[in-house]
Amino acid sequence: MEKGKGVLGAGRRWAVDFSDNSTAPSSRDIPDPPGFTRASVDQDDSAVSRQKKDAEANWKAQKAWEVAQAPFKNLLMMGFMMWMAGSTVHLFSIVFEPYKDNKVELLGPKLLFIALNLGGLALGVWKLNTLGLLPTHASDWVSSLSPAQEVEYSGGGIPL
Amino acid sequence: MAIGSFLILFILFFFSSLNPILSLYEDQVGLVDWHQQYLGKVKQAVFHTHKTGRKRVVVSTEENVVALLDLRQGEIFWRHVLGSNDVIDGIDIALGKYVITLSSGGSILRAWNLPDGQMVWESSLRGPKHSKSLLLVPTNLKIEKDNIVIIFSNGRLNAVSCIDGEVLWEKDFEGESLEVQQVIQPPGSNLIYVVGFASSSLFEMYQINALNGELLKHESAAFSGGFLGEVSPVFSETVVALDSTGLILLTVSFQNGMISFQQTPISNLVKDSFGPAKIIPSSVTGIFAIKMNAVTIVIRVTDENKLEVVEKTNHETSISDALPISEGQQAFALVQRAGPEIHLRVKLAHNWDDNLLKESVKMDQHRGLVHKIYINNYIRADKSYGFRALIVMEDHSLLLLQQGEIVWSREDGLASIIDVTTSELPVERDGVSVAKVEHNLFEWLKGHMLKLKGTLMLASPQDIAAIQSMRLKNSEKSKMTRDHNGFRKLLIVLTRAGKLFALHTGDGHIVWSYLLQSLQKSKVCQHPIGLNLYKWQVPHHHAMDENPSVLVIGKCGPSSDAPGALSFVDTYTGKELSSLSLVHSVALVIPLPYTDSTEQRLHLLIDADKHAHLYPKTPEAISIFEREFSNIYWYSVEDDNGIIKGHALRGKCTGEVADEVCFDTRELWSIVFPSESEKIIATVTRKLNEVVHTQAKVIADQEVMYKYISRNLLFVATVALKGSGEIGSVTPEESWLVAYLIDTVTGRILHRVTHHGSQGPVHAVFSENWVVYHYFNLKAHRYEMSVIEIYDQSRADNKDVWKLVLGKHNLTSPISLYSRPDVITKSQSYFFTHSVKTIAVTSTTKGITSKQLLIGTIGDQVLALEKRFLDPRRTVNPTQAEKEEGIIPLTDSLPIIPQSYVTHALRVEGLRGIITVPAKLESTTLVFAHGVDLFFTQLAPSRTYDSLTDDFNYALLLITIVALMAAIFLTWTLSERKELQENWR
Repeated sequence: MEKGKGVLGAGRRWAVDFSDNSTAPSSRDIPDPPGFTRASVDQDDSAVSRQKKDAEANWKAQKAWEVAQAPFKNLLMMGFMMWMAGSTVHLFSIVFEPYKDNKVELLGPKLLFIALNLGGLALGVWKLNTLGLLPTHASDWVSSLSPAQEVEYSGGGIPL
Repeated sequence: MAIGSFLILFILFFFSSLNPILSLYEDQVGLVDWHQQYLGKVKQAVFHTHKTGRKRVVVSTEENVVALLDLRQGEIFWRHVLGSNDVIDGIDIALGKYVITLSSGGSILRAWNLPDGQMVWESSLRGPKHSKSLLLVPTNLKIEKDNIVIIFSNGRLNAVSCIDGEVLWEKDFEGESLEVQQVIQPPGSNLIYVVGFASSSLFEMYQINALNGELLKHESAAFSGGFLGEVSPVFSETVVALDSTGLILLTVSFQNGMISFQQTPISNLVKDSFGPAKIIPSSVTGIFAIKMNAVTIVIRVTDENKLEVVEKTNHETSISDALPISEGQQAFALVQRAGPEIHLRVKLAHNWDDNLLKESVKMDQHRGLVHKIYINNYIRADKSYGFRALIVMEDHSLLLLQQGEIVWSREDGLASIIDVTTSELPVERDGVSVAKVEHNLFEWLKGHMLKLKGTLMLASPQDIAAIQSMRLKNSEKSKMTRDHNGFRKLLIVLTRAGKLFALHTGDGHIVWSYLLQSLQKSKVCQHPIGLNLYKWQVPHHHAMDENPSVLVIGKCGPSSDAPGALSFVDTYTGKELSSLSLVHSVALVIPLPYTDSTEQRLHLLIDADKHAHLYPKTPEAISIFEREFSNIYWYSVEDDNGIIKGHALRGKCTGEVADEVCFDTRELWSIVFPSESEKIIATVTRKLNEVVHTQAKVIADQEVMYKYISRNLLFVATVALKGSGEIGSVTPEESWLVAYLIDTVTGRILHRVTHHGSQGPVHAVFSENWVVYHYFNLKAHRYEMSVIEIYDQSRADNKDVWKLVLGKHNLTSPISLYSRPDVITKSQSYFFTHSVKTIAVTSTTKGITSKQLLIGTIGDQVLALEKRFLDPRRTVNPTQAEKEEGIIPLTDSLPIIPQSYVTHALRVEGLRGIITVPAKLESTTLVFAHGVDLFFTQLAPSRTYDSLTDDFNYALLLITIVALMAAIFLTWTLSERKELQENWR
């Protein structure tokens, strides 16, 4: 999960706003790089802000999917580790909080995330089962069962 | 990580397949174990007190021990236990250097070197018929410079050379009904007189030349009144006997070969008659004693064979043998008990009126009467005679008296323990503790410094010795209060003398002893026998303030209908709470699994008429009993007839014995063994107080087997009638052994197995769902041990996990034995090298710890053998899963690992029983082995997994902690400094 965290954390610490920069008056002196057409940028304010928001939303959705898929990369590694020996269960934190937005549909990524984590869990359980650590046999439930009481009592022996 | 876990698994498996060695290190001996040596009740003592050298006494005892004791301290120089089939008939000292013993009904004569107890020679003496055995060592009778020993045994008179045990001559006395009573050798002559009775009214006298065994004279004279009992020699040619009514004393003189009788009715001697008399034989010239009921009369015989009463007393009197003190003078001692004192008198044989010595010695009430006395003299500084007396008391203890003081005492009653039980010690409260506080601070500090040195391995050899002695004398272990681990307990033992002892498990010291009045001879009870000990009251929970008590069961006389006697003894104080003389007999005692509100256990006593009597006789007990009335059964094993009978209770007694607590019984079932082919030789049941942790046994592949655990199972072993004799007396074809498992409620035979070509004796132990028994295989000429495990097949269907998870199963609900059981058994047999005296099994408080068999070997040692070796599921090639389960590959014989001898280098001579008691710590069990010797130790069959062992490396732990602390401080200061430097940069 370290990788996923890295992506998120770095994304929030700094941001380069390319669109904002292009409208700043100070940058007018600098000639446009070759092949850059200003026409697409020079739009009215409302259009610019809407476009900006759309881009952000797209980016967020893309990121969300990325994050959701992140465990997938780990699954193989994890599976291998579990197959080798591990029977430790990883704790997945819910990581979709930063991408929460009215417009972004997060149900899909969440479901995938849950499904994949459940897959991991299933793998873990399967591993425990093969190790014989799951109480799935009758023997696991009767091993400390005290003997049944007998109703009758008899004593005696060879006369003294 | 993966490799690491594989390694761990491998190590675990490696350890599980190892046999845990139970051996001790040398310095652990005596830390938890103790060993005490005893002799048994002395039946003969011979002093060996030469002018120079150590003063010693040779004793023979009823436990068939011959021993040499130091007269100064009573310590044992050497000791030989001859075994129960080699009863000692007589001992003496010959030539001043050999101890002569006659044993096995007069057929084995042995000479032992006196200083070291090595055997010098052994002769076997045969004879035409069974008879009394008499041993005589004449002081100065020589055949060709050879000192001789004269033995009369098995109807034959033998003269045996002292030097090499060679029989010099022999003479048979084959008269059909001749019963030889005495062999008299008048000192200074070469004659031997053999006197006896024939045809109950004929007095026979044979005069024999001691040098060649030639019969010189044979006289017989008839006495119409007949004879009774023994004769007592009063002079060298005169004996005293009783007529058949026991009312007339006969002085029989055979001087010059002429037999003459002189009758003296006892009523002439004493005014009031006390019934028939009995002669107490003594070797004192001219003195003998008779006993009539409780009255002892000492009679002097004058030169004219006149009888004179010199003393008549109501006190029990013991008379010593004659002790020659100077030329022609004999001294003897009389001892009597009067209240808290014993009175000792030493007199000269021919001078009754004067006492050479008269002493009173204070004596513990619980030693009872004086049974025997042996005297010995020494010359005081003023050239007068001093006397020391060795006395044997009613409780079988042995004491040496000298100058009115008890010089030493030995509690030899502990050599004959009948039954053992245990009791808890009081809970530690303020003022209860008896722990000794260290003498002063300096001592305390010194002790701890020494211990620290020892821990850090800096101690010198002297220090190590000091530490060792400190460990051994640890006052903690002999404290008189309960400890947290339950190691400190009281062992309550009942001895054959009818005395109760409480021994402390810590160091074996006697906490209290009590001579039970109900087991002492009295008018109503002539021959009391102690039988058993039961825990009567074990207070816990709500009845904590009561003291625990034990129930002692005895009966009057050996017959089956002799009335019983009960006694209740407080185990804290050692005082008798109450005693009952029963009107009914006691054939069986059944402790019931019910207790009343004061934690008194209900006991059912079955008498010879098959009535059941309930104790305690309280209304509460009766109401508890009546609630369970229909569920109580009892069975009796009649091993003489080969019948096992089961009974149920029917109702209150009818008829003359009507009593609130008396119940009639009716026979339910009986198992009759064919008398020709099967004879019951062993029965064994589970211990009533055994705790079983679980009914399930998980085997490989997570399968479950349900143990058939029942308190009502009886293991019975029978052998063919022909094969019930000694080993090797029959051919394999004629002998077989049948083992049964019988349900004692319904009489159902659950299992039966025949071992062809096998023979007893069978020793067995029953625990949980298995029984292990030991017998002899005639075909293989080896001992064998077999195990039978019994499993309940009807429970095997409980495989539904959900039912088990939710508890919807009926595995723990009470079951009735009348429901049809479906059992399977598994069994296996193995060869075992040793012959066995007794087998026991370890018991722990929760029954979780694995079990060990404790085998009392013929060498009087206790061997611990893990139950794992007697697992019927052992195979030659166990699968991987079975190996993981701990199943050992099958071998044909059971291993005997020398380190697993519980008794290590010691021997429990005459081993009779092994008792195991759980400690509070689950891993540990307390083991007490008794015979002539006593041995106690603690065992941990699966090692002490629940506490740190004694050899735990505290030093390493300490060093690690110190090193870690140092490292923490060091790194902390370093990091502080570095941070400071960083900040300045």
